[in-house]
Amino acid sequence: MIILFSILSPYFFNFDNLITVIKQTAVIGIIAIGVTFVIITGGIDLSLGSVVAVSGVVAGYTLASGAPNIVGVLVGTLIGLLCGVLSGFLVAYGELPAFIATLGMMMSARGMSLVLTQGRPVYLAGNKTFNLIHNYNLFKVIPLPVIYLVVIAIVAHYILKRTAIGRYVFATGSNEDAARLSGINVQMVKLVVYSVSGLMSGLSGILLVARLNSAQPAIGSGYELDAIAAAVIGGTSLSGGEGQIIGTIIGALIMSTMKNGLNLMHVSQFWQQVIIGIVVIMAVYIDIKRRKTQRP
Amino acid sequence: MVPDLLVMKNIHKSFPGVKALDAVDFSLKRGEVHALIGENGAGKSTLMKILTGVYRMDAGTIQLEGEEVQINKTIDAQHLGISIIYQEFNLFPHLTVSENLFIRREPRKLTKWIIDDKTQRQMTREMLSEVHLDLDPNRKVNTLSVAQQQMLEIAKALSLKAKIVIMDEPTSALTDAEIENLFRLIHELKQRQVGIIYISHRLEELRHIADRVTVLRDGKFVGTVDYQGTTVRDLVKMMVGRELGDFFPDRTAKVGEPLLEVQGLTRKRVIKDISFTLHKGEILGVAGLMGAGRTEMARALFGADQKDGGEILLEGEIIQIKSPSDAIRYGIGYLTEDRKRDGLTLGLNVKENITLASIKDFTKRGGHMNDGRIAQVSREYVNQLQIKTPSLEQLVKFLSGGNQQKVILARWLCKGTRILIFDEPTRGIDVGAKREIYTLMNRLTGEGHAIIMISSELPEILGMSDRILIMHEGAVAGIMDRASATEESIMYLATGGR
Repeated sequence: MIILFSILSPYFFNFDNLITVIKQTAVIGIIAIGVTFVIITGGIDLSLGSVVAVSGVVAGYTLASGAPNIVGVLVGTLIGLLCGVLSGFLVAYGELPAFIATLGMMMSARGMSLVLTQGRPVYLAGNKTFNLIHNYNLFKVIPLPVIYLVVIAIVAHYILKRTAIGRYVFATGSNEDAARLSGINVQMVKLVVYSVSGLMSGLSGILLVARLNSAQPAIGSGYELDAIAAAVIGGTSLSGGEGQIIGTIIGALIMSTMKNGLNLMHVSQFWQQVIIGIVVIMAVYIDIKRRKTQRP
Repeated sequence: MVPDLLVMKNIHKSFPGVKALDAVDFSLKRGEVHALIGENGAGKSTLMKILTGVYRMDAGTIQLEGEEVQINKTIDAQHLGISIIYQEFNLFPHLTVSENLFIRREPRKLTKWIIDDKTQRQMTREMLSEVHLDLDPNRKVNTLSVAQQQMLEIAKALSLKAKIVIMDEPTSALTDAEIENLFRLIHELKQRQVGIIYISHRLEELRHIADRVTVLRDGKFVGTVDYQGTTVRDLVKMMVGRELGDFFPDRTAKVGEPLLEVQGLTRKRVIKDISFTLHKGEILGVAGLMGAGRTEMARALFGADQKDGGEILLEGEIIQIKSPSDAIRYGIGYLTEDRKRDGLTLGLNVKENITLASIKDFTKRGGHMNDGRIAQVSREYVNQLQIKTPSLEQLVKFLSGGNQQKVILARWLCKGTRILIFDEPTRGIDVGAKREIYTLMNRLTGEGHAIIMISSELPEILGMSDRILIMHEGAVAGIMDRASATEESIMYLATGGR
């Protein structure tokens, strides 16, 4: 696909553009890593985009009122985590279907960000350093967002594959009854994965505030679908039990490469949606077919 | 005197509306295989669920090696060395063999959160060799065969230092060779002084493996007897509380003219050149080892799978069957092997299931369903087939296996099918209900229906068929009359002898 776009547009394969693509990937990628945990347990999280917004808004207000950067980051992270914990509680202990619980969270969080801002963006006028969180380049070349993505990805991968809790995430998704009968605290596992998802969304929200130097209440709309699509393209099965962090990253890369490439080809936003939708369907279809041939 | 390994005394358990266990006693000696039998609903699985901590008993005592114990959670049972291998395995399909074996007790390294995969794999190999299972620890469990999964469960139980292993219908999905392997393993367990509780409906099979047998009926303890010196007939009497007469009702239907002729039915790499004739009023038994292609033949005949060659003639005329709806239109019905998976719609109720295939007949133009007729016709079938259900609105998932099977049969009868393909008609059904199904089969053939009966239970084949078709590796190995057939002659052809 990279080759295709390089041919189709003279602007694609230059350094700045590729950096842009990677930066885009970071935002969706971080969120997608979070939701990967949830999907592996057989659940779903629709609130991602809204949590991004509300975390960003609260962080934005904190910063705008003069608090130091670190406090802003902490507050945003905490809000994201809080939303995740709440969703997790509803699903794990309230036994609400994940779809409904996170749908509710999606609407309320979005509503909350609008309430807090009365619909107006929060500008970080006086703050000159916060946007470095996003715009600073390590060694003048590597953008910080990429570092964040890589570090988070490595940690997430390690947790899923090498720790007991990661194993139990897969077990819960593979056979929840067996997990329970094996003495796994399934409710705790679910609470944890939704908290992770919320946390990741919170982090992404902070990143976006840094990039735009403002907190937009309407931001993140549709991000949940992009993140879920990224995870699914990357091989995470919606029915649970299967998933890879590396796959999710690749999925996110594919999505942002596509969007970027289509932009450069001056394909209208609307057509982009259509094309992306088709690609997602094809990717999942191929994956399902591949899985069918593996089973005896 | 050394106390028994396990003594359960005076166990009571009630659920809303039903007393599941009423003063039940059960004991288990070390190194013994103790069979637990009873009709569906007799209380076997409830008793075992209490023993494994899934349920809590209302009253009674449990003693392990002479000491009273409390089992309130599944983890308690596990700590006490009680292990159970369910009929529907408790495995994680997406996880590997090694991960499954060590779930919740993974060897750790560094901190207590990080799993030591290398040690885990090593220990897995050791455990697998104990049960003579040659598997790659990194294989995902959903790539294993049913028998391998079961062996894995046993390996898991052994590794948990189980003192008591409970096996629930262990052989229902195994081939004969795999069953032999299982029995060998059970003998080894016995030598290690492990106590085994063996739940099964296959009474004849127990002869090879059981030392004592306990019978439950309607939640009550009927008796415990030594297997030596007890006949299957005695056991059945204890189970149903009455003489069952012969297992298989006499075949009195007269076999008439040819109804269905199958010529050269072929499906690439699966079945080859199958030909036979089915007559009115006949039961054609289809025997063969697992994997011989019997279900595949039925599915090709029924149009569920595409066939690559062959003709089907109905009353002398060639018919085209390209899909199940074609087959149904020609009056063929198929009762599948796994009724829960592809037979019933579990979420719907009795009358909905019965009328499922024939809904069009109850629908006026414009799509309006005649509820009154649906209820009336369903009621007729419930009475005719003696389907035990509290009401027509009862969801079928709550019915017992035998009654579920009858609902599916009612569905085909309601559609007016004349040719019925039964695939393992009495799997997972208790003795009393089995006989009811056999009686129904007799009645149907007496009325002119024709039945193709695929079965892995040779007594059933010999007891009910008029003629027997034996399959081997996708082809017909032979067709014989019941009069001249024996278990040996069938097995001979089924295993490839000529």
